Amino acid sequence: MTATIYESPDEALEGIEDGARIMVGGFVSAASPTNLIFALKRRGTRELTVMATNIGFGDRLDELCEDRQVSKAIASFAVRASTARESKFEAQYRRGEVELELVPQGTLAERIRAGGAGIGGFLTRTGVGTQVAEGKEVVNWEGEEWLLERPLRADVALIRAHRADRLGNLYYRLAGRNFNAVMATAADLVIVEAEEIVETGELPPDAIHTPAVYVDRIVRCDAVEVRWDGR
Amino acid sequence: MAAEGKARLTRELVAMRVARELAPGSTVNLGVGLPTLVGAFVPPEANILLQSENGILGYGGFSEEAFDPELVNAGGQPIRLNPGASFFDSAASFAMIRGGHIDVAVLGGLQVSARGDLANWSVPERGGGSIGGAMDLAVGARCLIVAMEHTTKDGRPRILRECTYPLTGRGCVDLIVTDLAVVEVGPAGLTLREVAPGWAPGEVAAVTDAPLALAEDLREMEL
Repeated sequence: MTATIYESPDEALEGIEDGARIMVGGFVSAASPTNLIFALKRRGTRELTVMATNIGFGDRLDELCEDRQVSKAIASFAVRASTARESKFEAQYRRGEVELELVPQGTLAERIRAGGAGIGGFLTRTGVGTQVAEGKEVVNWEGEEWLLERPLRADVALIRAHRADRLGNLYYRLAGRNFNAVMATAADLVIVEAEEIVETGELPPDAIHTPAVYVDRIVRCDAVEVRWDGR
Repeated sequence: MAAEGKARLTRELVAMRVARELAPGSTVNLGVGLPTLVGAFVPPEANILLQSENGILGYGGFSEEAFDPELVNAGGQPIRLNPGASFFDSAASFAMIRGGHIDVAVLGGLQVSARGDLANWSVPERGGGSIGGAMDLAVGARCLIVAMEHTTKDGRPRILRECTYPLTGRGCVDLIVTDLAVVEVGPAGLTLREVAPGWAPGEVAAVTDAPLALAEDLREMEL
């Protein structure tokens, strides 16, 4: 199936409904799908569960909290111990208004990979003996304790690539692959914003990171500069 | 106690001391905060490959050139690449970490126990805290070095018989480098290997809750 090309990020989000479970790719400033996040804000879709490695640290996902569109986040980094320069998500979390499932970053990546790969779960030593293990099955194997972790899937994934071809193949630049390439495999509807859309055949087949089979919609968008100074 | 008010190592000197633990040719992940400073003290001829969990192997120092949003480390800081650098996605990055392909991880710490348990992500009395990649690095790296201050701001020990904060990992720490000491974690407990210049072993032990055995070759840190 050829991907559908949309004229604007707002149109690319058509059909996303309240209560949707949405994966958002990117890592801090690297290949964050900021145009799609802004379009989701304009759309006003509510009661969202967002899955992203960070929320509010160099990404613009926090802006969705302004109008209380997010009811739950599944993330590895969302709330700091310090309350200096508190994000909107942090403030709402501290008031008990949003739910947070804190997941170790590697476990988050692997749960998404499993979700996209038809794997029903996996064993990891990450989180054994910590709060992360609460409520999870512990399996003893070869003399060690492992946590059974379950796959994650979403209704929608929002991705940023550097180049897409019209078929839907994606190329990410530098450290842009991060969670984008993993999330592209694990949602029912995968929406990509790309700096450039080229004709099918123009991307070298051996430099394609996400094959077209995973991609449903593409919209061309300039990068929006985002930055986190690490504090 | 007489040790109060005595000079402690700066964060840079702690980072410099950690850098000397890194064997030439090793693959190393540096956590956010103090551990990030270690990169500045790694000599180029050591050929150390720095891994960043957002999907980079082989980055150099911080970039002072124009900011490229797609070239940042796990702390969001702009970085340079060394020749031979490579990129991969987050699932591959943590497969590298969990799969034992990282020789050394350097993480910050809030508390370390006598058994080498690490607590570094949450201060319960302040609420919140985030895990990031710390739990995966704690179990996945072949050797875990914790770089931290020896005591809290109000002087309470951070090296404890038992951690009181939520754990990052159980029995995962191999070496603790603080502003006062280098402490090794072994099956029998903690061994004081080095003390900061001007500090006596007894003075370090007095601000350490966990029992410390003294290394046979206990010496002052060389900086």
